[in-house]
Amino acid sequence: MDYVKLINCMRCGMCLPHCPTYKETFLETASPRGRVALVRKFQDGELVESEKFLEYVSLCLDCQACASACPCGVNAGELVAEFRCERKNEKGLSLMEDMVLRKLVPHPDRLEAATAPLRLYQKTGLQKVVRSLGLLKMFPEALGRMEGLLPKLPDAPLRQTIKEVTPAVGKEKGTAGFFLGCVMSLIFSEASLATVTLLSALGYKVVTPKDQKCCGAPNMLGHDMEGLKDAARFNTDLFESHDLDFVVTDCGGCGAELKKYGHHLDGEEGATTFSAKVRDISEVLAGEAGALKELLKPLPLKVTYHDACHIAHCQGIRSQPRTLINLIPGIDFRELPEADACCGSAGTYNIEKPEMSDRVLSRKVLNVQKTGADYLVTSNPGCLLQLKKALSEATPPVKVIHLTELLQMSMNA
Amino acid sequence: MENSFIKALAEIVGAEYTLSDPESLACYGYDSTPELQSRPGVVVLPKCTEEIARVMALCDGSGIRVTPRGSGTNLSGGSISFDAGVVLQTSRMNRILEIDEENLTATVETGVITSALHREVEAKGLFYPPDPGSMNISTMGGNVAENSGGLRGLKYGVTDDYVMGLKTVLANGDILKTGGKMVKDVAGYNLNQLLVSSEGTLGVFSEVTVKLIPKPQTKKTMLVHFPQLEQAALTVSHIIAARIIPATLEFLDRTTIKCVEDYAKVGLPLDVDAVLLIEVDGHPAQVEEDAAGIREICERHHCSFFQTAASPEEALKLATARRVALSALARVRPTTILEDATVPRSCIAPMVKLIQDTAKKYDLLIGTFGHAGDGNLHPTCLTDERNPDEIKRAHQAFGEIFEATIAIGGTITGEHGVGVAKKKYLPKLVGESGLRVMRGIKGAFDPRGTLNPGKIF
Repeated sequence: MDYVKLINCMRCGMCLPHCPTYKETFLETASPRGRVALVRKFQDGELVESEKFLEYVSLCLDCQACASACPCGVNAGELVAEFRCERKNEKGLSLMEDMVLRKLVPHPDRLEAATAPLRLYQKTGLQKVVRSLGLLKMFPEALGRMEGLLPKLPDAPLRQTIKEVTPAVGKEKGTAGFFLGCVMSLIFSEASLATVTLLSALGYKVVTPKDQKCCGAPNMLGHDMEGLKDAARFNTDLFESHDLDFVVTDCGGCGAELKKYGHHLDGEEGATTFSAKVRDISEVLAGEAGALKELLKPLPLKVTYHDACHIAHCQGIRSQPRTLINLIPGIDFRELPEADACCGSAGTYNIEKPEMSDRVLSRKVLNVQKTGADYLVTSNPGCLLQLKKALSEATPPVKVIHLTELLQMSMNA
Repeated sequence: MENSFIKALAEIVGAEYTLSDPESLACYGYDSTPELQSRPGVVVLPKCTEEIARVMALCDGSGIRVTPRGSGTNLSGGSISFDAGVVLQTSRMNRILEIDEENLTATVETGVITSALHREVEAKGLFYPPDPGSMNISTMGGNVAENSGGLRGLKYGVTDDYVMGLKTVLANGDILKTGGKMVKDVAGYNLNQLLVSSEGTLGVFSEVTVKLIPKPQTKKTMLVHFPQLEQAALTVSHIIAARIIPATLEFLDRTTIKCVEDYAKVGLPLDVDAVLLIEVDGHPAQVEEDAAGIREICERHHCSFFQTAASPEEALKLATARRVALSALARVRPTTILEDATVPRSCIAPMVKLIQDTAKKYDLLIGTFGHAGDGNLHPTCLTDERNPDEIKRAHQAFGEIFEATIAIGGTITGEHGVGVAKKKYLPKLVGESGLRVMRGIKGAFDPRGTLNPGKIF
């Protein structure tokens, strides 16, 4: 760990009001400034890795709101993640972490096979029976929470059903590569289909290489840098083998990771070129605002927008999604208080730290209710899962959709 | 710290809010002051006035010292406990109790964040002017204790000018109410004003009542470049002499401009000595007239460039240079020592020159920016705490800068407080009689020396 990064923290406290866990606890140990201090004291040998110490450093959601707020350019979230990674590698992964984060999630084939029984479970009506009988309480808590978050799965993952090449409508402007992402393809395939439809309607040929691998973010979570580098090399070579003007994704997490390939592969030329080509779908569409406006029809809805951490804090994309929502005629856009605060999903945080995750989520739900919106738009699958469940149970319920789904709704209106 | 004492504290504020594990103590051993650190014996986070009163009574009776703390943004070491005592953090007391639109006052609990109060009162068309740089996290209690200033100090004054009433827990646990909603009140000594800027040495605030004013109707923002420092400084004096009082009149020197431009690329010129950021607010007609007057004065003093914002977005862009000054400087070297020298505003030019010469003499990188309109400068030394020789030179340089500040009729701190960082300069500033009176006051409030020991004197 680079010690200079730790001493760059001037302890000004500017990060505190942006940290979701500080806002819930008011405890310095649950703040970015405090976590940097803890890691530094550990490096200085003033603190040991006690149970409390681990509890404090693992309470970070890694939402990186602190990085956006820091005047000195310290990324406390990333420093803590890096620290946890280093410690983990010293001590080794648990069997479960090794299986899920290294052997399962990074491989689309295995992941799709593993989730096939889930589709069956929903299709046969078994899910309804389990839920209505309250059998979820009998699962181990983490598994029960995971099941509870699951919306209705599509019949098949998008990766299996989408054509490798989707032609442009009308005169072809260029070629876009489409990076699918695991959860988007497995669960939110309709949103991803909307992404492809929008690109094609705007005159882009869309190439979706079928054997693309996971972006590597789960490897990162599993503290597996080698796995991450393998994924980065594979995807870079695969996408660079097609003649693409840019590579688009509608998953905030994938976008943030793909844009870091150059960094992960220590500035290798191919990876840097690839990373420079990666765009979040909102960046592409905002660049086409004029043409897109022609395609949109009135949609009289009250809409608000949640900034996913991986979109706002990791990629700095804030204005584009709002511009796009406001392009829709008749839309009543209402700004969400604390819009760029984490929703508590944060990778697997909502499973691992349910209590804090729920507190962070409750704040988000209250803020959404304050807007009086009927629809909440966001563009990251983790947020979609977390917020869909919470807001479907709110009174009155609020519908949660991906940005591209909203735009497609307007196009089809 | 004895376990029985920690247990007694936990009975008052709850075990969850009584922290004594080594990790927590490490995290409450600092505030925002560079270089200073010291672990407390225990940390408590009370929820109400009564809990503070019981904590104080317990500590005063047991001979344990107490250091009050808000969000820990103090810049003079004032919220660090240097004798392993109790740190009492007020962040959980964060309710805005009342916004009284008939009396134009707001009453808040001590842990309310300053910008949260801004938002609430501005939504009602009212205005609480003090806006310290840390306003997004600093607490109202901390602002009162340090008498915080900010960018609007020139026209609207500082925290002191807005505090009307306080509820304060004294060292022995007694609760003292001073002032209130009365505009006029001359009954006895003005304890209210005395408590403001007492830096947590006289009492712990639990509630604060502040004055509100109508929100200004409109504002205009200007950014002006000056090839010569002298001309920028003269412009400041002449704007004031022309009876124009801008809301904001901020200054950046050459070193700061270069760092801001390197980092933020906002289009600042690299060949000028100084930049002024000026903002006027109020009635539209008055704003127009003031802006025209300012432009005329700037041009008369040979500014090389004068830019007026056409929209709120553009105003924000112009203000960016000033807003990111500290950020930009902080990114250059790991340890940023931000100081707080304040002089009569007619002395801005010689003061900036003196700071630049001192930096050269000690081979240091010091950027100066600050509130030119009220003479409050922030010479900021960019250094590395791992280089003891450089740190030593920085302290020598600041010693000289403060000597010079006092010599020309200035003060050692305009808004950050004396704390421990400046206490060696205080006797020179206030003299023997000043210290004797201050010590007498301290003794009257806190005879056992329980509250925030080692600060100010």
